[in-house]
Amino acid sequence: MTSLWPRIEPLLAQVVKPARYIGGELGAQRPDHGPGRVSWVLLYPDTYEIGLPNQGLQILYEILNERPDAAAERSYAPWTDMEAAMRAAGVPLFSVETHRPAAEFDVMAFNLSAELTYTNVLNLVDLAGVPVRSDERELAHPLVVAGGHCAYNPEPLADFVDAFVIGDGEEVVGEMNDVIATWRGDELRRRPDLLRRLAHVPGVYVPWCYEVRYRAGRLAGVVPRWPEVPERVEKRVVADLGAWPYPKHQLVPLVEVVHDRLNVEVFRGCTRGCRFCQAGMITRPVRERPAAQVSAMVRQGLADTGYDEVALTSLSSADFSGIEDAVAAVVGDPGSCGQVSVSLPSLRVDAFTVELAAEIQKVRRTGLTFAPEGGTWRMRRVMNKLIREEDLYSAVDAAFSQGWRRVKLYFLIGLPTETDDDVLGIADLALACAEIGRRHHPSVTVVASVGGFVPKPHTPFQWYGQDTVAELRRKVGLLKEALARARGVTLRWHDPAASAAEGVVSRGDRRMGAVIEHVWRAGGTFQEWSEHFDLARWEEALAACGMTLDEAVYRPRDQDEVLPWDHVSAGLHRDFLWQDWLDALAEAPVEDCRWTPCYDCGACTEAGVEHVVASAVPPAGGSQGTGQDLGTGGSVPVRFRSAVPAGTS
Amino acid sequence: MPSRSGGDRSRSASAGPAGPAPGSLARVRVRFAKLGKVRWTSHRDVARMWERALRRAGLPVAYSGGFSPHPLLSFGLALPTGCESTAEYLDIALDPARAGLGTSKRPAPRATTTHDEPHGAHEQPWSYAPSEQSHVEEWTGQVAEAFAGTSSPLFPDGIEVIGAAALAPGAPSLQQAVVACTWEVDVLAGDPEVDVAEHVAQVMSASSLPVRRERKGRQVEDDLRPSLLAMAVDAGEAPGPPVLRVETATRPRGVRPSELADVLALRLGRAVRTHQWIEIDGGRAEPIVAGPPRAATPGGGAL
Ligand code: SF4
Repeated sequence: MTSLWPRIEPLLAQVVKPARYIGGELGAQRPDHGPGRVSWVLLYPDTYEIGLPNQGLQILYEILNERPDAAAERSYAPWTDMEAAMRAAGVPLFSVETHRPAAEFDVMAFNLSAELTYTNVLNLVDLAGVPVRSDERELAHPLVVAGGHCAYNPEPLADFVDAFVIGDGEEVVGEMNDVIATWRGDELRRRPDLLRRLAHVPGVYVPWCYEVRYRAGRLAGVVPRWPEVPERVEKRVVADLGAWPYPKHQLVPLVEVVHDRLNVEVFRGCTRGCRFCQAGMITRPVRERPAAQVSAMVRQGLADTGYDEVALTSLSSADFSGIEDAVAAVVGDPGSCGQVSVSLPSLRVDAFTVELAAEIQKVRRTGLTFAPEGGTWRMRRVMNKLIREEDLYSAVDAAFSQGWRRVKLYFLIGLPTETDDDVLGIADLALACAEIGRRHHPSVTVVASVGGFVPKPHTPFQWYGQDTVAELRRKVGLLKEALARARGVTLRWHDPAASAAEGVVSRGDRRMGAVIEHVWRAGGTFQEWSEHFDLARWEEALAACGMTLDEAVYRPRDQDEVLPWDHVSAGLHRDFLWQDWLDALAEAPVEDCRWTPCYDCGACTEAGVEHVVASAVPPAGGSQGTGQDLGTGGSVPVRFRSAVPAGTS
Repeated sequence: MPSRSGGDRSRSASAGPAGPAPGSLARVRVRFAKLGKVRWTSHRDVARMWERALRRAGLPVAYSGGFSPHPLLSFGLALPTGCESTAEYLDIALDPARAGLGTSKRPAPRATTTHDEPHGAHEQPWSYAPSEQSHVEEWTGQVAEAFAGTSSPLFPDGIEVIGAAALAPGAPSLQQAVVACTWEVDVLAGDPEVDVAEHVAQVMSASSLPVRRERKGRQVEDDLRPSLLAMAVDAGEAPGPPVLRVETATRPRGVRPSELADVLALRLGRAVRTHQWIEIDGGRAEPIVAGPPRAATPGGGAL
């Protein structure tokens, strides 16, 4: 394999942020591409700054490079200026470590974290010089695989991806590597043999091994073509996070990236049961990292990287049994000389209050975000996001009293059963928070950030018909009007048109592949970026494929309808999700099963795992699962997190 | 939909905790190189590399006060992205009161796959606080020397610490002191008819050399001529493109190699800053005396 560097370097003087393309990060590996090693290029289908911090890819990068029979490098989507320069100069997609052509690797493995990056997946495969459609690839072409949260509905990319990985990747990458290594040793090998063998690996979905059936224009089933292919692909679950202390050498980029800090995952999974949250539903059950390992990873990570900020990450970090000790240990460690700050993405403030706010801002103040998600208590009961107003107010009060001047609140609009009163409740909450702030300081800012809800597969809301662009715009309009002359409140909103396009892909079936390809061929890359997004392209593509937004996005699904992801299992029983959907409509909340009896959602039983939670009691002030009376609101889970650029979380 | 650039940091106008008293600080001046692929990083990126490297080394760097404390580092002239250098400098303020803090508790920075040499396994002068104020100067010198000898593994490939020395109290900052620099710039092989020496002679005999550039959204015109102090063609015996040796002033403005290419009407390649100069007693000298200046190795570390 050859390095493309001599041909890449002359292009760098013409592009913005050329350091995106040079590699050389602290922690970067120098993989040995000796014979007998299966080579992987791990790809994130967005820019270097968005993709580099992705923890999933960093974990797999290390696990693969530790193996004697594998080698892994990384690549990201070149920005449009670089792509144009590369195409003009005939330079294909390359890895950042050794600048080898992506097509010379055995495997191109994508992380799928956002639906609107799918057109970039096609673009990167194409830029590598590999046919975008799976059925046009030949023996010499790399295997194209994809994993990550979006892979739980693989169908929209099924025409382009050879194999999907469902669930935690730590164990399954090794098993795939074994299969590929064995197959490569076979002199008479053919590509279909590899695909069929991979279909046997638990957690791996090979679309080519399944036939899609339609009846009367609707999906009728996705069924195995051969008896030995599993009917349902069950997700992979790592039972003991303590056995996987990765990343051990977090990459420290040379340029500024999002989440530019040490990240230590404190637990995986969440059972708070927010009904809109796909991440919470598909990652059950909760598996905590042992507290001592968290401390060791923080200490070693800071010493290795030189970062002065560490984030303790999870879906709800205040639920971590050892959280207070962990924070105090970092902030108080004499080795950090008072210069290391902690950020807690997704922290419930009710469990921490003024003391923690004080502790965190000892070093430096990062942005604060609370996520009440819904404007009224009724709405939050539908979502099962049980935050009382009083508790949000006391959290905000704690923040302002500790010197913050600016607080951000996250909300969703377009939720099931939502009324205009629920929408206007957002304005009321924001105004009340600004009022509280002014008790502490004459000029404070409350940013109310509003996103249009997109129903996601494997959640109780998967049957819901998404709000139209017009309806979302009307609701944003209500808020604009209500907050027009409001002192201290800034309204921000996510483009409703982007929510519609996300909806097209989120719940699409295999026919949606043609739409994605159409958008890509029309030049629609970087769809997560407002300057490159245009809903008209998506509507044209739908029309060209005989589809409409009404059918694909706005239509509620029936109870007994075949859903495109029915043959992929996150462990959750369909009856459980349906019952939870009915409960949502009835405004009935459910408890957190960590501390109350299991209600058999399926996540544990199907995967043969269980919760790993050190604390026998729920965190102070927690509501769900505390046995408190949920009818009156119990108390409040609020997320408390450091600044995250919009659109990246 | 908001674009993905830019974070959302809440900043406070109110003052935070006070920083160290200015009089208590000691300063170390470091010379380093930036060669190879890493030249595509920006001046700002390099500053962040330094902040992280100094934390990994455990050097008792002084921090500003306030709610967003930052290490007190001061860089001299910015190096344009894409250029190389064997003569970059920065001044590091040390807080002797922080010496020894936590060094016994914190594990020594460990070798990683990228940086194979073990580092910091032994005790460093900055593990001990100077016992009296009068010892600070001596201690600073020891810190500088030890740091220069052991720090390169803390940096990405291509950033190399060449030397370090304690700075006399009251010495002017790099921004104030540096008056000129020397560059070596490759002339890209082109038309053999082009007489490079002729182009150079024309430029040096011109009375003014107007260049246009954008400043705050407006086109402005500057005269480059006063900043060009000397220029010579070094064809050498070695085959390959001729090399220009150029001396430029920093005031009224500096000169970028890209601007040089414009006024010379030549295609220029690799550009390496080889020296920065300060004025001392009417003569000129390098900002610190620290080892022999390294010759720029062609394509050094580029592959
Ligand atoms: S199976 Fe039971 S314990 Fe496990 S996540 Fe589901 S409800 Fe909770």
